[in-house]
Amino acid sequence: MAPFVLYLSLALAILMIVGAIVVVVTKDLLVAVIASAVVDLVLAILFYILQAPDVAITQAAIGAGLTTAIFVVVLRKTERFEDD
Amino acid sequence: MIRRLFVLVLLIIIGYFLGTAMASIPFGAEKVDVGPYRSVGNYYVDNTVQETGGVNAVTSIVVLYRGFDTLGEVTVLFLAATGLAAILALTRERRKLKKEKPSLIMRVGTDYLFPAAIVLGSYVFLHGHLTPGGGFPGGVIIASGFLMLFLAQWRYKVDELGLKIIESLAGMTYVTIGLIGLFKLGTFLGNFLGKGTPGALLSAGIIPVIYIVIGIKVGSEMTGLLQNLRETTENE
Repeated sequence: MAPFVLYLSLALAILMIVGAIVVVVTKDLLVAVIASAVVDLVLAILFYILQAPDVAITQAAIGAGLTTAIFVVVLRKTERFEDD
Repeated sequence: MIRRLFVLVLLIIIGYFLGTAMASIPFGAEKVDVGPYRSVGNYYVDNTVQETGGVNAVTSIVVLYRGFDTLGEVTVLFLAATGLAAILALTRERRKLKKEKPSLIMRVGTDYLFPAAIVLGSYVFLHGHLTPGGGFPGGVIIASGFLMLFLAQWRYKVDELGLKIIESLAGMTYVTIGLIGLFKLGTFLGNFLGKGTPGALLSAGIIPVIYIVIGIKVGSEMTGLLQNLRETTENE
């Protein structure tokens, strides 16, 4: 793996971890949904870098696309903020 | 407090068993012995093209080597969509929700993006045996095209009965192809159409047929699911 690609994947992995922490910590569920979409999208890019384009396409379409939309619709039906 | 202790004990037990299971596999060693090949993965890489005629090894594995599992996956998706529809039908919401008119950008953008999404989705599942992709992502891309349409035009509705008929026909076709393989070759989902020239559009036997069926099925299922969710959100 070329050094540039290595650093890029490391940065993306760190971004994923930060996103995952935001998902768990935040009380605003809309923010949590967006952050989990970011995690999914970065995961798709990482799959592509790791030469798994099949999985990358599926991850981007289902994880970042459709799941996020369904979560947002469900949030509209329920509560936006998590109570303690 | 007692609950946290309970969770901690449970985690330690799970960790212990996972650890012992992993410890029995030497780190970095080949896990499965398949004769001259160093691992199962290498076997697929070396033999997929001769055995199936599909250039894309991933979809050859998904449709041919483990086609029965894929039928199970399709069934799981079908059951999930049906279950969600049942739950939504039970709890019709009475709360009034504010409606906002979709913006001009949304409407015009959808006019251009919807056909592109349909074409891209069809491309992804038609070329599943040649390029990365396959029936599941293709169907989801088509459904996301419909999602855009739902967002941009409040009044647009897909005929629900039509969706169900298309979906059932696709599911039945999948099983029928499997049964034809069973009668002709003795294995469920056997490749009875031959291999063709690897790399050609009409090659790899039943892979393109199965993927067209899966793409149509997943697309109509997801579209129906989104429409169900939207209706319970915006009615009343």
